[in-house]
Amino acid sequence: MPLFWADEFPRKIPTGLTALPAGLARSYGDVGLNENNALLVASAMNRILAWDEKTGIIRCEAGLSLAQLLEFCVPRGWFPPVLPGTKFVTVGGAIASDIHGKNHHVAGTFGCHVRSFEIVRSDGAHAVCSAEQNADMYRATIGGMGLTGLITWAEIQLRPIISPQIAYVGTKFHGLEEFLALSQASKAEYTVAWIDTVSGGKNFARGIFMEGDHSAADDPLVAGKGARLPFPIDLPAAALNRTTVGLFNFAFYHKQLGHRVNHFMHYDPFFFPLDAVHNWNRMYGKAGFLQFQCVIPAEAMGEMMRVVSKAGLSSFLAVLKVFGDVRSPGMMSFPKPGWTLALDFPIRGDRTFELFDRLAYMTLEAGGRLYPAKDARMTASQFQRFYPQWRDFSQFMDPGFSSSFWRRVSK
Amino acid sequence: MTTPSALIEDKDEITRRSSPSGQDWIPPQRVFVFGATSAIAMATQRLLCEKGSSSFFLVGRHVDRLEAVAADLRVRGASLVVTAAADLDDTASHPSLIAQGIESLQGMDLALLAHGVLGDQQRDEASYSATESVLLTNVLSPISLLTWLGNYCEREQHGCLAVISSVAGDRGRQSNYIYGSSKAALTAFLSGLRNRLHRSGVQVLTIKPGFVATPMTAHMKLGPLAATPEQIATGIVKAIRKRRDVVYLPWFWAIILGIIKAIPERVFKGLKT
Repeated sequence: MPLFWADEFPRKIPTGLTALPAGLARSYGDVGLNENNALLVASAMNRILAWDEKTGIIRCEAGLSLAQLLEFCVPRGWFPPVLPGTKFVTVGGAIASDIHGKNHHVAGTFGCHVRSFEIVRSDGAHAVCSAEQNADMYRATIGGMGLTGLITWAEIQLRPIISPQIAYVGTKFHGLEEFLALSQASKAEYTVAWIDTVSGGKNFARGIFMEGDHSAADDPLVAGKGARLPFPIDLPAAALNRTTVGLFNFAFYHKQLGHRVNHFMHYDPFFFPLDAVHNWNRMYGKAGFLQFQCVIPAEAMGEMMRVVSKAGLSSFLAVLKVFGDVRSPGMMSFPKPGWTLALDFPIRGDRTFELFDRLAYMTLEAGGRLYPAKDARMTASQFQRFYPQWRDFSQFMDPGFSSSFWRRVSK
Repeated sequence: MTTPSALIEDKDEITRRSSPSGQDWIPPQRVFVFGATSAIAMATQRLLCEKGSSSFFLVGRHVDRLEAVAADLRVRGASLVVTAAADLDDTASHPSLIAQGIESLQGMDLALLAHGVLGDQQRDEASYSATESVLLTNVLSPISLLTWLGNYCEREQHGCLAVISSVAGDRGRQSNYIYGSSKAALTAFLSGLRNRLHRSGVQVLTIKPGFVATPMTAHMKLGPLAATPEQIATGIVKAIRKRRDVVYLPWFWAIILGIIKAIPERVFKGLKT
């Protein structure tokens, strides 16, 4: 059910049902679903309420997407403080999942840059929250999976840019030691690695370490374009297999000819390579795919990579990144110091689920945690061990709010 | 090695920003919007603002909503945004409302009439007073506004009156003929007004959207032909720029309605429409 104005809430919640705010539905699992209950889709609440060109502080309604934010702020010489792998998420969603990006090691999560927001509860009460004012509610709402009430607007600190271009450096690596060395040596604001999880032997854990910094050249400040290529059909399930993904990985790795390349590129392909293809998820066919993202200590990553590679289930969008120690104000925030690995697998029945359960178990053993925004499988007991603060958090939940995810993990 | 500026993806974008339309089109500067918190109006205002319209007089029912819309336009570069909360069913208030707008913006170059109600066919056909209320909002209210605005434009020998009608006005159907007939009346009025104001150099634009995903249609299953308010806004601004008379938005509705209108009445009356 769409929500166009803050004043329609909470009377739009059907009686007897729980509510969950929704944005552009880019979470992978059930954290954005509310089965048999109400979803309040707020992406039409996308007005910008205040803007200070000198300080880069913007106040916008929570349904504003990062794509719309970029279109607004880039020509004015400002940039979102944190960007995820797609620009088709709303500000409200970015807060609810306390998203992170390629600059986590220096900038922390999105929530670190949220100065304040207004939250409206299902009983009609509303409060402005910040680190100083209603601080508990502020902390609970950042990473709070939309469960603490409806965020109507938020005030965000942007960062200045001179150019929309990114000075990009791509470096090939073999194995996690080389990845670690590159990560430690890097001074870049944005770092991430694509990693081959299919190949074994001498190609085990090969990848490309990608670094980026905002260019200091005085280029015209042009935002990225909205136009995208469609992915018009669901591919048959067999289309993605070990061979085709192996070929993709081979091509991706060897597309970069030299060991190290550097050039300038627009921020759009640097941050959002997949947004270029609309509905890219359809390449996984009707059965779809599962996402997995964990953060674990660096020492545990080698073993996990070996398990993934041996399982023979092809993941070709595998991403590895070192998280930093900038603390988020969010109570339930996912990132913490360590390495984060994000994978996606076409669903091939029980084999896929068994691998996921194994990886979740390994994450738990290593003292890591999984990311609710990318989860469809973790058990209640796993969630409660990943996030032992969940009971404290639940005190701040709106009693009229719930989600499929929450019902699954709070049992 | 290529320099960063050589890698800019869209050079046209830069040209477009320096001269908003890509040609030497200066958008209407002083814009009046009635029903300014409707989805199509909001998208059109934003687009006009981005193209360079400088001042806005926004009329709507809810003060808070108008304020949010006004803030958005100010942030996006509008130099003056004046809001007026009014119930446009109150036609007696129209002259003073328009006078307030003209005084605030020092004139008017474009008026967009975007207010209207869909009604509820089953409820309305059972009661004349419900029907009357739809006709008041969709026909009498805009006709009242257009009387005053049309006379103003004729005096000034200048201006554009852009009015949202609907494809539903092209033929009455049992599923929404009250809404449809209100839009048909509006369309006919606009046709006559255009004829009258043509020699004064005034553009009268009849906008006929098909299904659009807006709060008005939020309860309906719209199907694959539904457009977004942004798509409609792009079409409206283009039609203003090209000084068009009547536009179907998106364009394919012209073909669909051409077919629907061609069905003989003796066949049409037996159809489930």
